[in-house]
Amino acid sequence: MLVSLTSTTPDARDLGFLLHKHPDRVRSVDVGFGQAHVFYPEATQHRCTATVFVEVDPVGLARSQRRNRPGGLEPYVNDRPYVASSMLSVALARLFRTAMSGKCDARPELVELSLDLEVELPVVPVRGGSEVLRRLFEPLGYEVEAQPIALDTHFRPWGDSPYFAVRVSGRQTVRRALEHLYVLLPVLDDRKHYWIGQDEIDKLLRRGGDWVKSHPETQMISRRYLRFGGYAREALSRLAEAGEDCDAVAEHHEGMEQAIERPLKLSEQRLEAVADAVRALGGGRVVDLGCGEGRLLERLVAEPAVTEVLGIDVSIAALQRAQRRLSLDELSERRREQISLQQGALTYTDPRVCGFDIATMVEVIEHVDIERLDVLAEVVFGHAVPGAVVLTTPNREYNTKFEHLSPAGLRHGDHRFEWTRSEFAAWAHSVSDRFGYSFEIDGIGPQDPDCGSPTQMAIFRR
Amino acid sequence: MRTALTSIKIPELGLVVLCGASGSGKSTFARRHFAETEIVSSDRCRALVGDDETDQSVTPAAFELLHKIVDKRLELGRLTVVDATSVKPEDRKSLIELARRTDVLATALVFDLPLALCLERNGERRDRTTPEHAIRRQHATLRRTAKRLRKEGFARVYTIGSASELDSVEIVRTKLWNDRRDDAGPFDIIGDVHGCHAELVELLGELGYDTSAEPIAHPEGRKAVFLGDLVDRGPGVAEVLEVAMSMVAAGTALCILGNHENKLRRALAGRNVQLSHGLAESLEQLEARGPEFSEQVAGFIDSLVSHYVLDGGRLVVAHAGLSERYHGRSSGRVRTLALYGDTDGETDEFGLPVRYEWAADYRGEAAVVYGHTPVPAAAWVNNTICLDTGAVFGGELTALRWPERELVSVAAAREHYAPIRPAADDAPRHSTRHLSLDDVLGKHHVDTGLMGRVTIDAERSSAALEVMSRFAVDPRWLVYLPPTMAPAAASRREDFLEHPDEAFSLFREAGVSDLICQEKHMGSRAVLIVARDAAAAQSRFGITNDDAGVIVTRTGRPFFGEPGAARILLERLREAAEAAGTWDQLGTDWLVVDAELLPWSAKSAGLVQDLYAAVGAAGTSVLEAASHLLSGARGRGIELDSLAQRTRKRAEHVEQYVDAYRRYCWQVEGAEGIEMAPFQLLAAEGEVLARRPHSWHLEQIDAWISASPDGFRRTDRRSVDLDSDASVTQATDWWLSMTEAGGEGMVVKPSSSIVGSGGHIALPGVKCRGRSYLRIIYGPEYLEPVNLERLRGRSLGRKMSLARREFALGIEALDRFVANEHLSRVHECVFGVLALESEPVDPRL
Repeated sequence: MLVSLTSTTPDARDLGFLLHKHPDRVRSVDVGFGQAHVFYPEATQHRCTATVFVEVDPVGLARSQRRNRPGGLEPYVNDRPYVASSMLSVALARLFRTAMSGKCDARPELVELSLDLEVELPVVPVRGGSEVLRRLFEPLGYEVEAQPIALDTHFRPWGDSPYFAVRVSGRQTVRRALEHLYVLLPVLDDRKHYWIGQDEIDKLLRRGGDWVKSHPETQMISRRYLRFGGYAREALSRLAEAGEDCDAVAEHHEGMEQAIERPLKLSEQRLEAVADAVRALGGGRVVDLGCGEGRLLERLVAEPAVTEVLGIDVSIAALQRAQRRLSLDELSERRREQISLQQGALTYTDPRVCGFDIATMVEVIEHVDIERLDVLAEVVFGHAVPGAVVLTTPNREYNTKFEHLSPAGLRHGDHRFEWTRSEFAAWAHSVSDRFGYSFEIDGIGPQDPDCGSPTQMAIFRR
Repeated sequence: MRTALTSIKIPELGLVVLCGASGSGKSTFARRHFAETEIVSSDRCRALVGDDETDQSVTPAAFELLHKIVDKRLELGRLTVVDATSVKPEDRKSLIELARRTDVLATALVFDLPLALCLERNGERRDRTTPEHAIRRQHATLRRTAKRLRKEGFARVYTIGSASELDSVEIVRTKLWNDRRDDAGPFDIIGDVHGCHAELVELLGELGYDTSAEPIAHPEGRKAVFLGDLVDRGPGVAEVLEVAMSMVAAGTALCILGNHENKLRRALAGRNVQLSHGLAESLEQLEARGPEFSEQVAGFIDSLVSHYVLDGGRLVVAHAGLSERYHGRSSGRVRTLALYGDTDGETDEFGLPVRYEWAADYRGEAAVVYGHTPVPAAAWVNNTICLDTGAVFGGELTALRWPERELVSVAAAREHYAPIRPAADDAPRHSTRHLSLDDVLGKHHVDTGLMGRVTIDAERSSAALEVMSRFAVDPRWLVYLPPTMAPAAASRREDFLEHPDEAFSLFREAGVSDLICQEKHMGSRAVLIVARDAAAAQSRFGITNDDAGVIVTRTGRPFFGEPGAARILLERLREAAEAAGTWDQLGTDWLVVDAELLPWSAKSAGLVQDLYAAVGAAGTSVLEAASHLLSGARGRGIELDSLAQRTRKRAEHVEQYVDAYRRYCWQVEGAEGIEMAPFQLLAAEGEVLARRPHSWHLEQIDAWISASPDGFRRTDRRSVDLDSDASVTQATDWWLSMTEAGGEGMVVKPSSSIVGSGGHIALPGVKCRGRSYLRIIYGPEYLEPVNLERLRGRSLGRKMSLARREFALGIEALDRFVANEHLSRVHECVFGVLALESEPVDPRL
């Protein structure tokens, strides 16, 4: 990792005083993950450049990351030794502690002097691209130049890497410029797996002082600082296909669906309609198949007619969120017995879901491969045999009404299919014939004369 | 006057209830004759729940526990002795119910000792005494009710009437009639004969029996097993009975009871039975032979058992089949089920009972061979097979050779009897029933042939469930997942992290000296499950959507996002197998093939670009800039020589790293540009091919490639004899030249594929990766001596253990699939591989 700080305000060699590093000497310090060196490639009266070059120990780094993050198995193949990141901030703080605290015993008058400074960062990871770079540096009075770096010149179609060669220049005090780098490098990078630790974050934020609070992007800065967190689904992450991050993908898909449907508050309406249907069916013991993070369960437990609820989902992470949402750990024994959460999958028969009065399946079937719906129907209607089933799924015809959706697109990245009203009705028919249920179909959300409602709901009764 | 009781026969599997007043000597007797764990005592249960053997206030809880223990022990098939007073009928009733529920025989041992003796013994007790009035009452109650014990449901009742009997009587443990686990055959199991004498003799001849001998016998001592229904309908009932009776008497055959024999026996006893379903014909033929013959037949039928457990428990024969929970059990219910099958109580349009499809749900390990219901052809379903191919209705008489599992049949001479309904033709070759969460979720044990019991933790199952249910292909396709593979220990050679030396010495230590080294292709692992056509996919895998195969990744996901590419590649494979004659040669219409698909970038484009190329781009740019700045400073006379030198070295490393990953990348479009490198044929109909030597696989695949070379990549290989230095050197040189040219490396395997069994198997292979390739695993700078030294300290134990366990599970999955076992039995193994793959282990290994 590499950064150069250049002053072009004569006498430019004053930079040496401000940084407490003599322009004609090399200074090296151990920064834990490697050796940081400061040297001056240029030191004239008109132009003086101090370069910080950190030689990272890649093996030591990979091992320390593994220790800090149990189960987090970061590869030895890693951009960290090369790119400007939070580790460079740590190195800057170690090398220029005195300068950053605003002390210059030899030339105290220089401390508050604004100089024409240039900062060159040959490789910076920037999440969000050069736009983010500008939004962060320009309000602080810098001019920003950023050149994207190609992934591989032999494979042009691969496009650009997430890195930029960056040069920012502006009139600043040296102390401020160092502070800016110190705080903003990790923000640009925004890699949650590489925070050094909670103390470091506190230190970084403290260092930012006043200018962070008045920065127009103060929200982005603090949000990105807070994005670290435990990697809860370690076991699952190991089964992810190369490069795929299950959590991130799921978050992304949910976000996409919410963005599409949000203007209609469809999610709320759907839960309301399902809860109404459960009430109309007389409540009793209800199993929510594919309960997700428990938003329907939360409503169901509040229904007086519902005597017991069981939430089933295949995702352990979703069940953990549901557990928190329902505050299960704080309920009395009597209430606790009425609510339970279990991991399960609808392509396997499951004795635990048998014998319920009502089963709900809100936006679930479209997440199952269409070839396996027969098995799902067999499991739910043929094996679990609830007294009634309340089931919702998107109405594909309505997709043309959504602003953010391409005509052929589906609402959620994990939807395996979305049905038209007649396709859904045909399926409901076949299920009801096969397993001896009667059914009715209804719409949820605004009714369009041509396309129907955005969500379709079927209620099956034995 | 009764004779003195000298011995008591106790069935090995059963319930023994000791009945007697306090002080009658039950506990002492039990301790003398039974193992401590076989005795479930009410006193002990009182102590377990309430800390005091005599605390009567905890009696209800203590008995609840006692019943639970008895229930579980009987369920597991353990002899269980209940030591409680059990003097009242209601106390015994609940125990009898447990015996009925678990289909075991109950024996009552009545301790009918003089009251005075009981009182005296009770008084002698130091620890505690029971009130005298209680003992008097117990004694009287037992005396009053003991006569009814058989009626209560005890199969045997023994009464110990005196102190001397108590001391001298011995306990003899007896085997159940159906327990012939010691008999390993080999057997020839014959389906319903129904008086087809000519066909029976022909079939026995076909099976190699000397049919001119009297009685008929096999020169190699094989045993025939008759599945019942020898009689009725056909023309040669008496002759068939003569053959069977003489063979059974001579020990050259076993016979189990069929429902037709059962009914014939009742008719012979003069009971009023309907003379339907061919019974009239039997009676007529027997009558012609005179009363003595009928008597012999009656005796023979009386001696028949309703089912046998044979060959170490691997084989069960029962006339109408038998669910697993009844194997080796003994009760009226077991007899009825074995004779008539399980019915839903309904009848079909022909007036015949609708059978419950026990075979479709069968998940047992033992193969069940049965008859009773005519089918057009015998076929394995979930490790069960029906051999009644309707000989008497003009079909065939069929036999199964065991343990060979070969079918032999002869055609009927003619239709001897008109069928009431057409032979059921709905018996599928695959399992139709569903998987249950109980099969996979929670902590699980899978018994494997190669490694014994493999345990899968609940946390691992839970992670696997999410992937399996959301992303994997239909479990009916997923009959195998590949195991992980470990590298050998780190090399001590300068400049090498891995080297063939260590792979060779690993196998040398394991005592395996014939090895094969196979070129390792750097692509993505794929398992290709390919049927010859959609019809074959439907009949063998139960897949009905017209797909004739799938390509899956090592975690069971579809290899390609869109189905078109997989179809093209599968067709390519199918044609190659066709051209090389593989289908006919192996007599199969499906294959499971292990392969590597290239290029790496096709499947891992995201990883290649986001990680590998990105790191290369960052490293190249930053080191170039650093070199430039360093030369600026050195130009000013600043001493930076060694830093500059290190930086130059780093830049070289990054350059070589970029070269390394680039070799494994090229543009593809769908199937266009994809190369398949198959290296093993895992299984085909009737055989787990993975047991064949590797040379066979590679020859087979070479034949495909020469027959149809497009889109395939050949796997280069070298045989190694570890006892020959020349051979070792030659393979090492081959590896060096291949890896210096950028190849990933090689996999070293025992030539004969699987070595060892019963928990001790050699690793199925270890990988040995090239210096250059390892840059993309351990990072551009791994060969720096200071880095290499630290990397050598990698620990391999866990990886190797996983590799073994996953391999055992994979082979087990194939074994079970090939043996047509229930889908859930295959799936639990495949699921296990996926679950083990979620264990934390260094991913660089």
